[in-house]
Amino acid sequence: MQYLLTLYVDESGWGKMTPEQQQQGAASYMAYTEALKAAGALVNSNRLRPSATATTLRVTNGKTQVLDGPFADSKEQLGGYYLIDVPDLDAAMSWAGRCPAAQHGVVEVRAIWAM
Amino acid sequence: MATVETSDRDTTLATAETVARHSHGKLVAFLAMRSGDVTAAEDALSEAFAAALSVWPSKGCPANPEAWLLTVARRKLIDQIRSRHDGPGSDELEALAETIGEIAEDDIPDRRLGLLFACTHPAIDAGIRSPLMMQVVLGLDAAQIASAFLLSPAAMSQRLVRAKAKIRHAGIPFRIPNRNELPERLEMVLDAIYASFAEGWIDAAGSDIARRELAGEAIFLERLLTELLPDEPEVWGLLALMLYAEARRPARRNSRGGFVPLGQQDTALWDAEMIEEAEAALRRASGAGLIGRYQLEAAIQSAHVERRRTGSVSWRAILSLYDALVNLTGSPVASINRALALAELEGPTTGLEALDEVSGDPRIGSYQPYWAARAELLARTGASREAWQAYEIAIGLERDPAVKRYLEMRQADLGSDSLPQGR
Repeated sequence: MQYLLTLYVDESGWGKMTPEQQQQGAASYMAYTEALKAAGALVNSNRLRPSATATTLRVTNGKTQVLDGPFADSKEQLGGYYLIDVPDLDAAMSWAGRCPAAQHGVVEVRAIWAM
Repeated sequence: MATVETSDRDTTLATAETVARHSHGKLVAFLAMRSGDVTAAEDALSEAFAAALSVWPSKGCPANPEAWLLTVARRKLIDQIRSRHDGPGSDELEALAETIGEIAEDDIPDRRLGLLFACTHPAIDAGIRSPLMMQVVLGLDAAQIASAFLLSPAAMSQRLVRAKAKIRHAGIPFRIPNRNELPERLEMVLDAIYASFAEGWIDAAGSDIARRELAGEAIFLERLLTELLPDEPEVWGLLALMLYAEARRPARRNSRGGFVPLGQQDTALWDAEMIEEAEAALRRASGAGLIGRYQLEAAIQSAHVERRRTGSVSWRAILSLYDALVNLTGSPVASINRALALAELEGPTTGLEALDEVSGDPRIGSYQPYWAARAELLARTGASREAWQAYEIAIGLERDPAVKRYLEMRQADLGSDSLPQGR
């Protein structure tokens, strides 16, 4: 079964970190990604650019409304995702718990509806 | 002649109902283990059950009713998946047909334990785990469960539907957790089983067959757990606790259906064999040297049951067990019982003081045993007006008519002086 792990983090945290801490943070994500690869569980993953640069669209009565900014205005923003392929929710939860984002933000686990 | 036919029909219906209750979880677990679709399995099974009710009375019960139900249910389930457009298609159908096709109907594997762990999974909201287990594993309908959990049937149905959708869509597995996560996950299963037992325990007279069987079914599941997880002391602890309680069932009501409190029960009416089994289970539990909530509660029951042999109860032992239970769980219910044990040793005033310590807990205000305990202790101190008032609240909160009558009797025993002015 495929699961999407979405990572919600406080983006202001990164800027407050020292270069060493940033390096350490990046390294922990790389190690996590490597572990997923080694286990044969990784389908795809990406880090997103800052949510302040997001554009949100909605079409109402044929008119496109464009909003400069992310959909949800909350402190923790979608910062990246991992698409993984594992047997069940227990396995997905166990990977989510090991994700560095679970330490400084939250990780949402959602099953993919196979088409 | 007409009466004979009716009674034959009644017997068939009763058999059908017993089979449905007994086999529900096993058949649901089997039909849903591959797809995770509990709702579809339950729908298919209830159609099979409806078919049984229309066929069995005229043709007689089949030799193996469980296999009969499975055959009909899997046919319905395959029809259902074929006609569904919202999700998995032929792959799932093939997998399902394969899984359920390769198993002989008279040898249905028991996947109930996996189903129990799925229903009590941490990804399922804690408040719905026990009702979910009662419905999916034991086959109770939403209305019955709703009344036990003090929710409207509509609200309960909605929450159950949501929980089943979560199992299916989130891919919650029907499996037994590994060693390191087992203790925590097991506690969730035990709590849910005990909640079902408590529901079956309400109807003391056993006049409601469904309820009595629910207590039996909870014990059945617990025995199954002891076979599958024989090294878990709390599993044995809960089995012991439920057996001690069940053993006293015949003594809980007098011949007129009146409530008999534990201390006044005729010990000759207790089921000696069941008590022995409970003692053995408790010994087995304590052998592991790992104390837990259910072992402590069972040990308290064991101390009460001593009256059978010695004619008296060691309140000293009971008090120290309640001390341990309060320390372990912080439960206000344990504190109430501790206060009652303390009153036996040091008098009702000390008991009332201990009871006052939990009176601030918001859960206590609408909890009948608190008010009944308070009334009893107040009556013993001679504060009959306050006792009358506390009995009044306890009576108002009680659901069981026999207990209600008992409390009314105790209230009347206070005499006319206790009545509030104007009554």
